[in-house]
Amino acid sequence: MLFSGSADIREGFAKALMELGESNPNVVAMSADLAGSSKVQAFADTFPDQFFQMGISEGDMMGTAAGLALAGKIVFPTTFAVFAASLANQAVRLSIVYNQANVKIAAGHGGITVGGDGATHQAFEDIALMRVLPGLTVVVPADANEAYHATLAVAAMHGPVYLRLARSPHPVFTDPTKAFQIGKAEVLREGADVGIIATGTMVVRALQAAEALAKDGISARVINMHTIKPLDTECVLSCAVDCKAVVTAEEHSVIGGLGGAVAELLAQKQPTPIEFVGVQDTFGESGEPEEILTKYGLSADKIREAAVTAVQRK
Amino acid sequence: MNSTATSFVLSPERRDQLHQAAHQIRRDIITAIAVAGDGHPGGALGAAELFAALYFEVMHHNPREPQMPGRDRFVLSNGHICAGLYSALARAGYFPVAELLTHRKIGSRLQGHPARTHLPDMVETSSGPLGQGLSVANGLALAARLDGVQSRVFALLGDGEMQEGQVWEAVMTAAHYKLQNLTMFVSYNRLQIDGAVEDVMGIDPLAAKLESFQWRVVEIDGHDIEAVVAAAQPAPTEDHRPTAVILRTVMGKGVSFMEDKAAWHGGKLSMEQAQQALSGLGPAIGFDDIRHMDGTNVI
Repeated sequence: MLFSGSADIREGFAKALMELGESNPNVVAMSADLAGSSKVQAFADTFPDQFFQMGISEGDMMGTAAGLALAGKIVFPTTFAVFAASLANQAVRLSIVYNQANVKIAAGHGGITVGGDGATHQAFEDIALMRVLPGLTVVVPADANEAYHATLAVAAMHGPVYLRLARSPHPVFTDPTKAFQIGKAEVLREGADVGIIATGTMVVRALQAAEALAKDGISARVINMHTIKPLDTECVLSCAVDCKAVVTAEEHSVIGGLGGAVAELLAQKQPTPIEFVGVQDTFGESGEPEEILTKYGLSADKIREAAVTAVQRK
Repeated sequence: MNSTATSFVLSPERRDQLHQAAHQIRRDIITAIAVAGDGHPGGALGAAELFAALYFEVMHHNPREPQMPGRDRFVLSNGHICAGLYSALARAGYFPVAELLTHRKIGSRLQGHPARTHLPDMVETSSGPLGQGLSVANGLALAARLDGVQSRVFALLGDGEMQEGQVWEAVMTAAHYKLQNLTMFVSYNRLQIDGAVEDVMGIDPLAAKLESFQWRVVEIDGHDIEAVVAAAQPAPTEDHRPTAVILRTVMGKGVSFMEDKAAWHGGKLSMEQAQQALSGLGPAIGFDDIRHMDGTNVI
């Protein structure tokens, strides 16, 4: 039994990491003074030889992670998404990604749900910054169950990965028994009028929006795009061909993230009206997570509105 | 310095061989960069003794089995001086010497800055953007410790590179984890692109800084190959600190018109300049100069 009801997405990661530590002595985790928040403290306590506390030095942590990986370890450096993607970007680019080091960057606090901490700690741009790096796999689980399976899957593949984890309790809705296939999106709901392609915490909201749209007589396909890179192009293209209108939804800027990836593909292969649900090129602010989500347009209502607009643009 | 290098004596023959290797590395640097048209000769020439010492004497490595378990590892953090590294690798037998003529050219494995994806068997980590290599070296050293292997890790940084903040993060990490199996060389030639290091952004007193960060520090003449070999020997077993070796070097060493000139950090090198440099350096001894694949002379 994995998770049910409501659970922190990071807990799925933490549970999988514990199992990996147990089964494989080559699995190593690291923290930059955020072991508790990154949910690696239990790993550190249980496998002290396989854990490195790096202090407040994210760039150094990423470089050290690369060195460990180049010597054969499977390394999970952990920190907040905003630090992993922005503060440590050079070390990620050069030492991890250009080297194709077997490092799995597990970044918590992806998106805006960090809440009261405000814009400095909210990552709206991390998917864009990571997605642009050649050869980096970018994974955004939609709930704790998926985070668990995704963590096992990224550990099993060779190569660098950015695993984006959200904070705050979140509804658990994915199949706990289903293994995670990197790069293979999941159609959660069939529909023919509009395709909603969502990632991370917006997937459950996309399902809610599809329910509402059904009442309005609009049949929406809902896709859980848990892997931003490599993008499941087949799934996106067939969605565009079948529905002829697409909405993307992400807890991220509308620039450069999932929406960008989908637009790049469709503009070239299957021109289709697309509406983008996400943060509109702005920094965030402090507040309760739900208040921020609503204020910045990251709600099921906004997805529903975007779907109606997309359908009208056909 | 509080710490001194372990005493170490090379046989006269061995010392001659290493001198010849360093000399040939200098000749290769000039030839390869002139053929490329441009590159970074200054720092590379200044590190020739280190490259020779590491690849021909100090490091436990095997060109016939590059991925040999338990091998020592070298991280060139100031990747721009890779012409020297490539020469050392070729002369040690990792690839044909003639390939040095492809440096910086399209399709070459010998990229303008070392690229692990192009040379996975020879380059432990890609480098170029400064301040990155010591962190990777720390990771390699930690992994060796986890695996219980005796592998030693060597890193080379430029003195200007010490201005990068991440270097000091990594300096703390190496001391915190007592990475006795790690040796960091700093090529202290006192020059960087925009001029004298102390004018651009002072790093002195470097040895005292590193000592205060709980490193064992050795400071030597970086062109005295016996001193370099001695400084690269393992620290006393009871001393658990990482070792920093400050190599007093001269940018452009051996080429009179380049010596001590910041302009030779990087730039164009004409065939005429290369000829002048090679004749100033003196003829190859103990090694053959690089030749084209058809056997003809390059310069």
